Parts: sequence; structure tokens; C-alpha cells
Amino acid sequence: MNVVNEMKLDILSRSANESFARVAVAAFVAQLDPTIEEISDIKTAVSEAVTNCIVHGYAEKLGRIYITVRLTDTGAVQIKIRDAGCGISNIKQAMEPLFTTAGGERAGLGFAVMQSFMDKVSVRSKVGSGTTVTLTKHLALRVKANG
Amino acid sequence: MPVRIETNGEVVTAYLEGELDHHSAKAIREEVDMAIFKDSPTLLVLDFRDITFMDSSGIGLIMGRYRVMSGLGGEVHVANPSPQIAKVMKLSGLDRLAQINPAMKGSKAQ
Repeated sequence: MNVVNEMKLDILSRSANESFARVAVAAFVAQLDPTIEEISDIKTAVSEAVTNCIVHGYAEKLGRIYITVRLTDTGAVQIKIRDAGCGISNIKQAMEPLFTTAGGERAGLGFAVMQSFMDKVSVRSKVGSGTTVTLTKHLALRVKANG
Repeated sequence: MPVRIETNGEVVTAYLEGELDHHSAKAIREEVDMAIFKDSPTLLVLDFRDITFMDSSGIGLIMGRYRVMSGLGGEVHVANPSPQIAKVMKLSGLDRLAQINPAMKGSKAQ
């Protein structure tokens, strides 16, 4: 499995960037000729992860969100979404459906959506240092020649 | 504002437009709640035919309106979600709280 293409985004944790991030990732992944459903799944998972950085990682303070997307010659899409925010003390609990620390009208379904829509979700986090979520999805292989 | 409200006093229908995420949810919530508190309807219909994207923030929005309408003794129906939106709704178990009508007659949703 070789990485055939890669892109990086570095954005502020403004909620207006939730839309930008998912659309930018989808535009980059489009070169693998994904189905509409695959693209919808990726956009939804990216939206959840970026929203987590904004709502939880930086808790409405301003910080930076770093996104790296890698495409492989086997049709895999790997998306790393990292913040340098507060970190998660109990990852297992944070990933449970309906668990949320945010209150208000957060449904507590972010990780459940990511896990349902992607093939693999891994979370690394350190309290006080930040969180990295890695999302992987294997697309049905229709890879075009890369120019 | 990304919401168009139609009401006959008993039924408030909110036609939501655009993308429903954490960023846009607040403005939509405020518009819908204003219509609910003005009319105290027995039924709130949230129509998703013109929503092009939704993540779990939309589930929070629907559940929040369910709570408001329950407090008034009323119900919430969800109309015309696209397949992507229906997938997020199904995952959340939302169909236990609100009636979901996937493709109402005359809908342009596929």
C-alpha cells in the first residue's frame, strides 16, 4: 500500500470552517472517483471530527485544526484531524453513543457517526496536549491514473 | 435566513434550506422556536427537502424541537430527508421520537 497523493489543511477553529473542511476533503478525494454515497459518508465523518475539535478540543476558544488526507494505490482514504486543545481524559467514554460533555443540543453521536460511516476510526489523545482522530475508508477501486 | 415557515395555527411547517451543521443549527433553531412559541401548534413538521447536508448537529436540533413540542403536548414529524440524511437519522434511533416520512407526495427528494 503506497501513498499516491497527499494534502494538508491548517484552519482556524471557526465554525464557518466546518463546511469548508468537509468540502475541501471531498474535493481532494474526488480524484479516486468515489460513489455519491462514499463522498457523503466522508463529508459527514469529517464534519463530525472537525466539530469535535471546535466544540470540545478548543471549547469555543480559537485554535488551529490540522487535517492531512492521504490516498493510497489500493483505494484507501486516510484522514487525520488533529487539534492542540484540551484532550480527552476517557476516550472509551467519549466514544459511547449519546455521551456528551457539551450539553445544549449536542446529541453525543459524533463518534457513532464516524464509526458507522468510515471503515476505521482511531483516537489518540493527551489531556492538555490535544487529540488526533484518524478516519480510514476503503473505496471500491476505480482509481484513475494519477497525472 | 435558511428557514421558511408556513403555519395554520395548528400545524407549523418549517422548510429548512442549505447545510445543517453545528455552524448553521443555531439560526435554524431560533427561527423554528420563534414560530412554535408564537402559535403553540399541535404538530411541527420539519421538511428536509432543501437540506443538502446534515451531520449529527441536525439530530440535536430535531431532538431539541421534540422536547419543546412534547412540553406543549404536540408532535414532531420529519419530512423528505435525502438518503444521506435518512442514514444519519436511522443511526440515531430518531424514528422512536419523531415520525419520519421519507418521500411525501410532490416531493423532489429522491
